[in-house]
Parts: sequence; structure tokens; C-alpha cells
Amino acid sequence: MKLYGALIAVAAISLAAGLAGSVGALQPLLGIGVPYCALAILLVGLSWRVIRWSRSPVPFRIPTVCGQQISLPWIKSSRLESPHSTLGVIGRMGLEVLLFRSLFRNTRSRIDQGPRLIYGEAKWLWLGAMAFHWSLLVVVLRHLRFVVEPVPAVALWLDGLDGFFHVGVPVLYVTDIVLIAALLYLLVRRLREPQVRFISLFTDYFALFLLLGIALSGIWMRYFARVDAVAVKQLALSLTVFSPSLPKNLSAWFFVHLGLVCTLAAYLPFSKLMHMGGIFLSPTRNLANNNRMKRHVNPWNYPVKVHTYEEWEDEFREKIEAAGLPVEKH
Amino acid sequence: MANPKPEELVQIQYPTPSKGWMDPAVEFRKGTYCYSALARNLNYLGLPNAREWQPFDADWKLPPDWKRIILDGMKERLEKFRSFRLFMDICVRCGACADKCHFYIGSGDPKNMPVVRAELVRSVYRRYFTLSGQLFGALAGARDLTEDVIKEWFYYAHQCTECRRCSVFCPYGIDTAEITMIVRELLNLIGCNINWVLEPAANCFRTGNHLGIQPHGFKDSVDFAVDELEELTGIRVDASINRKGAEVLLVVPSADYFGTPHYYTFLGYLALLHEVGLDYTFSAYASEGGNFGLFNSHEMIKRLNAKIYTEAKRLGVKWILGGECGHMWRVLHQYMDTMNGPADFLEVPVSPVTGTRFENARSTKMVHICEFTADLIHRGKIRLDPARNDRWNVTYHDSCNPARAMGLLEEPRYILRSVCNQFHEMPENTIREQTFCCGSGSGLGTDENFEMRMRGGLPRANAVKYVRDKHGVNLLTCICAIDKATLPPLLEYWVPGVDVAGIHELVGNALVMRGEKERTTDLRGEPIDQKEVAHA
Ligand code: HEM
Ligand code: SF4
Ligand code: SF4
Repeated sequence: MKLYGALIAVAAISLAAGLAGSVGALQPLLGIGVPYCALAILLVGLSWRVIRWSRSPVPFRIPTVCGQQISLPWIKSSRLESPHSTLGVIGRMGLEVLLFRSLFRNTRSRIDQGPRLIYGEAKWLWLGAMAFHWSLLVVVLRHLRFVVEPVPAVALWLDGLDGFFHVGVPVLYVTDIVLIAALLYLLVRRLREPQVRFISLFTDYFALFLLLGIALSGIWMRYFARVDAVAVKQLALSLTVFSPSLPKNLSAWFFVHLGLVCTLAAYLPFSKLMHMGGIFLSPTRNLANNNRMKRHVNPWNYPVKVHTYEEWEDEFREKIEAAGLPVEKH
Repeated sequence: MANPKPEELVQIQYPTPSKGWMDPAVEFRKGTYCYSALARNLNYLGLPNAREWQPFDADWKLPPDWKRIILDGMKERLEKFRSFRLFMDICVRCGACADKCHFYIGSGDPKNMPVVRAELVRSVYRRYFTLSGQLFGALAGARDLTEDVIKEWFYYAHQCTECRRCSVFCPYGIDTAEITMIVRELLNLIGCNINWVLEPAANCFRTGNHLGIQPHGFKDSVDFAVDELEELTGIRVDASINRKGAEVLLVVPSADYFGTPHYYTFLGYLALLHEVGLDYTFSAYASEGGNFGLFNSHEMIKRLNAKIYTEAKRLGVKWILGGECGHMWRVLHQYMDTMNGPADFLEVPVSPVTGTRFENARSTKMVHICEFTADLIHRGKIRLDPARNDRWNVTYHDSCNPARAMGLLEEPRYILRSVCNQFHEMPENTIREQTFCCGSGSGLGTDENFEMRMRGGLPRANAVKYVRDKHGVNLLTCICAIDKATLPPLLEYWVPGVDVAGIHELVGNALVMRGEKERTTDLRGEPIDQKEVAHA
């Protein structure tokens, strides 16, 4: 149900966008209205989520320490796994965000008779996740050539790098292949690994199908349907300067692609895809392990009821004195 | 009912029922849960809804407006803890944490995967605090909050030892322990707590320590230890209590002076601190370093922890030294200064023996005894005869909190290598930041919870078995009072023939004290198994 529901949902969105895109009268809505709305939802939603997170304070400094602390000068501390300075924290976060450090630790446990527990290497998820995210980033950056004129140097450079095989016309992008392969791996993993399947929700499948749909429709446009790229760029540029004008010869395929992208943009702030922003704010990762060196202040720290020394002494005075221990009051 | 045998228990299945996890029904099977907190303990601490009930009762006698209390409590905590809000929002259900939890590995119960443990709460969060959950319900992974959900929370929040191993592997650092802490706090609001947490907390609040030992009893146990140490070493040490003007306040977990094998570690402290001439005192008011508030609520942490700084101030010491205990050190390292500081009436700790300034503790002003001892050894201030520990073939269990909250990894190892001749590490995936919990932490070490403890402790025990079989290891050392209480039965169950000891027990054995009589026995009173005793 979750799986098929998600597949049907993405298929339905594609179909609706494609059909509407073939009706001339609906094109302005689809090409102009929907993208603006989606963008607005994305921006407002993203800011709202991030603001809401940052409005909740971090009362305690609770890093998950993954290496040797800084203590005695002759014991080498682990600057990246147990950072004690801001620089170290930046390094740790850099590793998490750019290289998925923690995911790299992944192991898989198994129990044999004996009993014997075995923890095997399990780097595939890390590899798949890296492949997916990095190719996604390259693909997104490559799209800059549609929305910025003159085309930024990064986009041109990535374009050249990405098409370095010079196979086919138009040139085949490596990231297109990697993106699809990685998404398929993530999907298959989700379905084949019993534990992962067990924890998966509708939204997990939906995100994967949506991204797959976007990638596949993009590839279809570029290599097979051969959509008029000049027209697409005209539309995109006109949208960026807020004087939208709709070129005539946009194909329905383009509207499928655009429709799915808009769905993703509008859906993102309400979904787990917010992990993109959340990872930067995660208090177990972005705080230094310098707890005893530098006091962390809790903005809502409040007085609590304690059993004071005086109350304690009053309660036990006779026994304290009988035991020959000093007291404050006799 | 007899406890299940290891051969039975190890037949672990890892089912993943196709109907998913949304059905909250749980069966409170004997051996897998802890009894409810006694009303008197709740009353003493001023906690709500004190009553007679047990988890296996059909009617939990919740307050009439329990649902509102829980939802208001959630709202409040979402606003107070960024961790909670963020961890509710960003999990991608990648499953990397799933098989990292010792309770999942040992029980095979899919709701013990950290991600599912968290989803039990997230589903309620989605239903009441997110738009998608309100609109799409189950499709968006949302569930109604029902009494069955409360029972389920209770069951699974007490099958998490707050060890934070899952958090090491999560790409976003989602810390299921943090979620468990919040859930226990919420349950606390409607009076659903366990006695093994609340009784020590109530005792600690009243008398100063978990065991409820009153000042004269505390004095007796310290005196007894002093006598015993004299018998063993021929040296009478001075261990003062509540003495004003001492340089250092020594705070240890109460099990150290009342439990076995903790007690031998306590003797080790006394011997060591005497030998180096540290001017220290105990406090009968702050006679507990442990803090079961950590397993109840943030407020309770603060209430129980306050006495340490209060007492340091009253006694006029310069700094504080802390003994071997795991969760105690999570509180001291990550919470104390924030909650009850600043400790501006104390000085930056300086070891009077070596002159080392503990810059890493310059704000909190509390030093871990392993840091203190490692420094002594490194500076050559004590004489050690590791051969006195030759009957032991040693391995080291990183207790969860000193490892994952502090990063205290090398200090204990350095000490161990100096005080014993045979030391072997357990496999890499089971030590240091990846260490496995004893399975009984966070207040779950009760007899009625025996089966679940043995299951949760299986990964740890299995790693011990590996080094026992491969290297002949016969002693598991650790620096945690809960470990010392719960690892012996665990090892007896899974790996017979391996004992448990604290690091400072071995230090005390190896320590060559000035003027000591010839040592024929170790601190356990058992013969030192060696041909020549090489000391002055
Ligand atoms: C700072 C940027 C980002 C970081 C550091 C990041 C990191 C990660 C990590 C570590 C995972 C877990 C591994 C996995 O399941 O693949 C993950 C999963 C995922 N990410 Fe990202 N991500 C980022 C941005 C994005 C963006 C912009 C999207 C798409 C709009 C995205 C989509 C996904 C999806 C769909 C998954 C789940 C894959 C699955 O179902 O198995 N991520 N991300
Ligand atoms: S590892 Fe983190 S993101 Fe992945 S399922 Fe577990 S809690 Fe969620
Ligand atoms: S904190 Fe420890 S016990 Fe709790 S879910 Fe994570 S791994 Fe399991």
C-alpha cells in the first residue's frame, strides 16, 4: 500500500502535468503559476522550519563523542571525532555533511550459533548515499545554465567534466547514470532489506519515486524527446526576472519534469528531506566536547526544589554527632 | 518462573511483521519489564499520581486528563529542547541505527530498533504537531495517542539503556537516548515510573546516596574499609568525612563503599590517595556521585546533583575529584556546570602531587580519578608492581557514558597497561565509541527484568567470550558502578569464568606503598599468585 500508493501518486502527478501541459490554455498555469507557488512554498516553508528549530534552545551541550577527549597534554586527543574547539567542530561537521562520516561507520551484525556475534563491513549504503547526493548536487548545479545568463563558470566546468566521456549526442552525463543507479539502489535496498522495509513509510517511497521521476523525465527530455532547450531557457530566464513569458514550443514532457520538480519543492519543507537543514543544527554533532572547560548556559535554567544541607543536618543531627562527624549547628 | 537458559535465550529471531509497528499492543511478559515505582517514593519526591499499580494491570489508573498532560508536556519539550524537535523531524529511516542497539540484537523485537523506538513517539508527534500528520494520518506515519500507546512507550522506554550507541552511527547524530529521556520525563508526568529508578532517587534526595545510608552508616563503612586496608597492607590511612578546609572533595558512587566488587576499587582509592598524600575529604551529605535523576527527568538530575557544588562550597575545598562511575560522569561532564554552576568559588584543579593543571576541567572543576591517576603514573609519582596482578588476564569494557559522553578512552587503558602485565582488547566494533552497554544501565538492573538484561547484555558478553576463548582473559575491568553490579551476573550467564573489577582495584593491588607490610594477598584478600614479590 505504501509502496504502490507512492508509485501511483508520482505517476498521477506526472500524468496530470503531462496532460495539462498538452492543453495550450493550461500552460501558463503550469509553466508560470505552479513554479512560482512551489518556489514560494519552498522558501517560506524552509525558513519556517529552520526558524522553528532555532527558536528551540539547546539547553545542554550533549555531543556524541566518538574519539579521545582532550585531557592530559601527553594523550593525543581526537580533534575531529571529539572536537574541543570551533575549528574542530567545523571539521567534524564538514566530514558529516560532505562525506557522511557517521554513515561510513556502518556495520552489519549477524548472529551465528555458538553464539557468536559478527559485525561485518557494510559500506554500500554509504556509497549509494554519496553517489546519490553528489550526483544530485552536480545535476542541480548544471541546471544553472538554464536560469542564469551568462552561464556561470561552475556550470560550464561541471558540464565539461560531467560529459567527459563524450559519448553520444547529446553528450552523455555521467551523473545522470549515477543518479539513477544510486536511486534504484536505495529503492531496492529499502524493499529488500527486511528491517528497512519494516520501518519505511509512504513518504520514504514517495521521495524516492519523486526523485526518480524527476531524473527519468529529465533524461527522457534530453536524450530521447529532445525538448527545445532554447525555449526552456527562455521560460526559465523570464521567470527569474519576474516578467514571465511562455514560449510556444514547449513539449508536454517538459511539463512532466517541471511538475515533478515543483512537487518536490513544495513537498520538501514538510518532509524528511529537511534533513538537509537539520544536519547542521544537530546538537550531538555540532557542539564541542569542551564541557568541563567552558560553561554552557541553559536559557531556561530554573531553580528546583533540593534537599538543602541545613535540612539534611536537621534531620540527621543526632546521628551525625554520635558518629563523631562535625556539624554546623549543635 | 525460572529464568530461561542461555541455550534457549540465544535462539533469536529477527522478525519484521508485514503489518508494521503501528499497533501499540504489548505483552508485559515476566522477565522483560521493571516494576512500578512505589507511591511512597513518588510522594517523597513530590511527583504526580502516586498510586498502587503494576505494568501488567489492565488499568494503569492514569489521571483523567492524562492525554492533555502528555500533549502539553510534549509541546513544552519541543519548545525547550532543540534536540527533541530536530530528532522528531529529520530521521530519513535509512536504518543505519537498526542493528546497533544491544536490545535489538539480543531480543530481535523490531520495536527495539532505535529508529522504531523513536518512531513510537514520532508517530504521535506527527499526529498532533504536524500538518501532514493531521491531514493524512496513518499514511503520513501518524498515530493517535491512546492508553495502549502509553503502555508501549513505557515498555520500550525501559528497554533502552540510554547508551547512545545508535547515535554514533546515525548520519544526523539522532540520539535515541535523548528521545528516551524525554519519553521517561513525559511518563513521569502521569506517574508511570519504575521503582528501580525512583527508589534510589528518593533515597539520594533524603540521605545523600542511592542506598539510603545515613551519615553514621556512611562513617561506619568508610571506617570499615580503613580497617580492612590496614589489615591488607599494614598501613592505616586517614579518610576524613565532612572535614572543612581539605583541598579536595572526593565524590564516589555509593556502591563503591557498599557493593562488591566495587568495594575493592574503593580500597584502591584509599590506598592511592594516601600514598600520594592528597588532602581530601568525603562528604556524608554528598555521599553519592551517581544520579538516577538522569533516568527520570532533567529536573530530577538537577535536584540530585545540586548537593555536590553546595557541599564543595560549604567545606571550602579547592576542587572536586570523582570516582569510577558511568552515568555519574555523564551528569558531571555534560550537565552539572550548566545546571548548578558556575563553580566560581572553586579553583582550576591542580594536582598537588605533580603540579599538573587540569585545563580540561577548568570550568567545572571536577576531575575524573582516571585522569588524576594517569597523570600520577606518567609523572612517575607512584611505584607499581604489575606482577601482583598476574593472576588476572585483563580486558577493558568502555562504559557507555565515559566513552560516548566524555571520550575518556586512553586514560584507563594507560593505567591498565601500567598496573597489569596481560591486557587484551575486545574486538574493535565493541569498544571505545562503539562500546556495547552492559544491558542494565539507566535503572534497568532489577531482578524482575532479568531476561531482558541478559538479552541486552549479549553483545557485550559475546565480545568478552571472544577474548576469553582466544586469549584466556579472566577479568573484565570497567569504570562504572552499574557495570560492576550487573556485569557479574551477565558474565556468569553467558561467559562463566570471567570476573569483574574496577581499574582502581588493580591500581591498589599493584601500588607499592611506603612502609607497607609484605603483601601476600590482593585487595580481595586472595593470595597473590606470584613467586617473587619484588618490592622494597
Ligand atoms: C546538506 C545536504 C544533504 C546532506 C548532508 C544529506 C545527507 C543524507 C544522508 C547521510 C542520508 C542517509 C543515507 C541514505 O539513506 O541515502 C540521506 C538520505 C536521503 N537524502 Fe539527503 N542529504 C542532503 C540533501 C538532500 C537533498 C537536497 C535531497 C533531495 C531533495 C535529499 C534526499 C535524500 C533522500 C531521498 C534520502 C533517503 C534515501 C533512502 O530512502 O534511502 N538529500 N541524506
Ligand atoms: S540512523 Fe538516524 S536517520 Fe537513519 S534511521 Fe536511524 S535515526 Fe533515522
Ligand atoms: S541509546 Fe542505546 S539502548 Fe537506547 S536505542 Fe540507542 S542503542 Fe539502543
